[in-house]
Amino acid sequence: MPDQQVIVRLTGVTKNFKLGNIELPALRGVDLEIGTGRYISIMGPSGSGKSTLFNMIGGLDKPTAGKVYIDEVDIAQLDAYELAWLRCRKIGYIFQTFNLIQVMTALENVTLPMIFSGMANDKAAEKGLALLEMVGLANRFRHKPNELSGGQQQRVAVARALANDPAIILADEPTGNLDLITGEEIIDLLKRLSMERNVTVISATHDFKMLNVSDQVVWIRDGRIEKIENRDELSISVGQIDSRHDSR
Amino acid sequence: MKTKNARQTHANAKRLLVLPLGKSIEIAYQSIRVRFLRSFITVLSLMLAIAFFCFLHVSADLAGGILNTGDYGLHQALIRAGYDIPPDAVAIDNTPKQKWIMFLSLLVCVVGIVNAQLMAVSERIREIGTMKCLGALDRFILRLFLFEAGMQGLAGAALGAGIGALAALLNGLLRFGPTAIRALPIHKAMESVLISIGVGLALSLLGVVYPAAKAARMQPVDAMRREH
Repeated sequence: MPDQQVIVRLTGVTKNFKLGNIELPALRGVDLEIGTGRYISIMGPSGSGKSTLFNMIGGLDKPTAGKVYIDEVDIAQLDAYELAWLRCRKIGYIFQTFNLIQVMTALENVTLPMIFSGMANDKAAEKGLALLEMVGLANRFRHKPNELSGGQQQRVAVARALANDPAIILADEPTGNLDLITGEEIIDLLKRLSMERNVTVISATHDFKMLNVSDQVVWIRDGRIEKIENRDELSISVGQIDSRHDSR
Repeated sequence: MKTKNARQTHANAKRLLVLPLGKSIEIAYQSIRVRFLRSFITVLSLMLAIAFFCFLHVSADLAGGILNTGDYGLHQALIRAGYDIPPDAVAIDNTPKQKWIMFLSLLVCVVGIVNAQLMAVSERIREIGTMKCLGALDRFILRLFLFEAGMQGLAGAALGAGIGALAALLNGLLRFGPTAIRALPIHKAMESVLISIGVGLALSLLGVVYPAAKAARMQPVDAMRREH
């Protein structure tokens, strides 16, 4: 892909966690380039370093060694203010547990990042409504999270992630707490966004449904990238994936 | 040694991360409303301490008023009620013992508030982490907690001061009769009530400083990790 812009670049990233006196390596040297507008799934068993890698890409954690570039900016050089700005404007987060702010309505949740970014109230409300409409929740904007189903909450979270037109959406097990059908709807929604808005979607997942829509799958094992498969290569192994999926 | 890009980001950041005052107050108010019971317990402890504080102060004002009437019978009643009156006194202050008890009650109250607010922070770790992922700065979080505590403090202190003042007046009325109320220097009593409210607000803010700083310093990744 010579014409493709790189939005996330990792070079030689290692991360150690201190557990008492022991240094526990979570990542042992990861090199990865992610192109703008792609749909990437990071797959791997728990304890593989998947979440650590994911946090690194999201600017939530800094590497022990190596470099993480987001939009060609080395995140290790950013101070707290700049990191917050990055999280506010460049990255939209989606979590397994939805993480909507419970005391706020759907609309307030969606507009919060816009408020942080300095947008005027009216404009934010207008844009928030448009985003909620896009995820199919236009008539639920006044509801609090506990009045919404899991799938609906995750839709609100998707709308919130898009609030400041980020370049990247990071989704941490976005379907982990949803049933099969609702999970599929969220996956379709994310895929649609990545196509229509040229947003890079990066998700850490166990969910094999995710593979069908991914442009690229990054397999992590023991803190290293085991393999990176493009979608066309992936279809060869779909039979195997399906059987694995069925046996669960 | 920053790259050009990072500097650009920095310049934008200075301009672009805000939490308007009105919005902070709105969020703080909503947080209190939604967690009304928890807030109420915090407010209650403050209210009791301030009611006691205000009661003692207004009672002293009341006794001072009675003293200044120069009425011998009421003077004797004051002495019977346990007031120590030096011969040339023009006002009555609380005894050292009363002051000591007052101090202790306020201290206990602050400890209670710190405890309750620490609990509130750990209850909201995920909310704080989420806000930080959405771009909230440390000081946004700090401000939200301070506003919340400010509102709780104002409500608790105002209620407590009102209750304390009323109790003192009622007590005075029952003990010394209507003359006591008539003799009360109103401006001094008002001053006592305002001081009580001020002390209550200050205690509430004092109690939230450590918990709020702890919440604000939390890294988003830690806040998110904690729940797993």
